[in-house]
Amino acid sequence: MSDEGGTIKKFMYVNRKAPYGTIYALESLEVVLIGAAFDQDVSLAFVDDGVFQLVKGQNTKGIGMKNFSPTFNALGDYDVNKIYVEKESLAARGLSVDDLLPLKYEDEDEDWAEKDSIRVVSSAELAELLDQQDVVFSF
Amino acid sequence: MKFGILVNEGPYTHQASDSAYQFVKAALAKGHTIDRVFFYHDGVNNGTRFATPPQDDRNLVNLWGGLAKEHNIDMVVCVAAAQRRGICDADEAKRHGKDGNNLADGFRISGLGQLIELGIQSDRLVVFGD
Repeated sequence: MSDEGGTIKKFMYVNRKAPYGTIYALESLEVVLIGAAFDQDVSLAFVDDGVFQLVKGQNTKGIGMKNFSPTFNALGDYDVNKIYVEKESLAARGLSVDDLLPLKYEDEDEDWAEKDSIRVVSSAELAELLDQQDVVFSF
Repeated sequence: MKFGILVNEGPYTHQASDSAYQFVKAALAKGHTIDRVFFYHDGVNNGTRFATPPQDDRNLVNLWGGLAKEHNIDMVVCVAAAQRRGICDADEAKRHGKDGNNLADGFRISGLGQLIELGIQSDRLVVFGD
């Protein structure tokens, strides 16, 4: 990897699509995992049908595809621990945070205390977060 | 301003690739800098020289290739996305035992790190997709 002179930018990956049906969700996650090696300030947002990507207990046997949702559990180990889920998108689909994967990370600033990575935010809050980003990938 | 471009859809099914191409042309004409276009998802299909659209239609593969050559733009096709979709250059074809290759002139195959690097180095990253 080339030296970027220590530049740290705020990257947000906006996931808008269901986990299956199209490949966007899987290939978005592949970018996140590669991007984690670049030591940038990374966050993920899940909106619209994208919130289905984080639903726990997925079973893909019937459609012959790989269930890639367990990979989200590894994000904390890659220092990807700001995972924003839009409140309105959850509500519109009859979901709550209890339906989602219990994604955790260890906070090095607080003696490696285990914390939740998922933060449910309103549409207005997410708009503010988007406004703060340097780079927004929309998948 | 230095723009980075990400194209997430293939030619013809979606307008994304056309829009990206028009954007790049317009931005360059205004004096902006575009060093790299990254092709991801079905966007890798913009890089196959086997595309043969009807003669009275635009040939997006050739348009991209020509623009890249004229303005010295680095046109990168994601290797993982390309492998899934049957886009390969001579090296990739040899590595995977394929009987041919189809990457068009002006494109090269590389990894997703090039996309992250593009985000870091650009003033603005513009995503064209569905």
